[in-house]
Amino acid sequence: MNVGVVVFPGSNCDRDMFHVLSDVFNLNAHYCWHAKPLPENLDAVVLPGGFSYGDRLRAGVIAAHSPIIQDIKKISEKGIPILGVCNGFQILVESGLLPGVLLKNDSLNFMCEWTNLTVENNKTPFTNQFELNQKIPIPIANGEGRYFVDDETLDQLERKNQIVFKYDQVVNGSSNQIAGVCNDDGNIVGMMPHPERAVESEINPHDNKPSSLIFESLLKKMGVNN
Amino acid sequence: MVDYCVHVTIENKPGISDPEGKTILNDLVLKGTHQNVSKINTAKMLKFTITENNKESAQSKVREICDELRIYNPMVSVVTIDAFDA
Repeated sequence: MNVGVVVFPGSNCDRDMFHVLSDVFNLNAHYCWHAKPLPENLDAVVLPGGFSYGDRLRAGVIAAHSPIIQDIKKISEKGIPILGVCNGFQILVESGLLPGVLLKNDSLNFMCEWTNLTVENNKTPFTNQFELNQKIPIPIANGEGRYFVDDETLDQLERKNQIVFKYDQVVNGSSNQIAGVCNDDGNIVGMMPHPERAVESEINPHDNKPSSLIFESLLKKMGVNN
Repeated sequence: MVDYCVHVTIENKPGISDPEGKTILNDLVLKGTHQNVSKINTAKMLKFTITENNKESAQSKVREICDELRIYNPMVSVVTIDAFDA
């Protein structure tokens, strides 16, 4: 199974994601430079975290105009699973592939800490191995992580089951404590926390199993026995 | 064709919280002697220099650029565009 890890100028979690995909879950990970066309043989795509273009203008907005985004739009229409983590989530939002916007945290601080998520939708390619409401201890590391949608869009997200993860307490002022959402079809998921930093027991002081289920869900979706 | 200076001011829509503005108000201005200040909103300003036929077309062209490239996010921000002679 081939998974693309998109690299923008300023991505800095691309190697962590590549390592987790290839060394922990035995997938064929491929770096995909943002200015080149997306390879055609990919079964899934991950937009990793970091600071594309130094967060200039607004986190994710400049990367959202990268040539590769048009290719990602095209393959997303075929139902290929796409995951955006942190800055990857910001890029998906700014490119219109996911609803909402990510604003500066209420505290105005860069927040680097462990949080607890609850799984609100276990039907996506990245959550199908979870129980509904299952908890995930997972770290965040962002300055612009406050997910915001207007009331009308929030109603729509709830009605269409597009809220994938919520924080179990107020973390940064996000609308309804939302930490991750999906598109209408469910194949594009964006989340602010970093699963790639939580799947190995060596660097997870809590429980690395729940975060692992994000990747195991992808394996399940693709019919891969790991 | 002449150069025009076009100022693009991006600020939050009413109702979108602006913690930076609140901090400047509550922890700086109101802690001084300026008790008659009731609100501070932060904004980001971009200053374009653009060559156009007249001030109106300079302003409308910059608006077009802002909309096309999502220079501001219409879900949470409003933009004010003012053109001046450069």
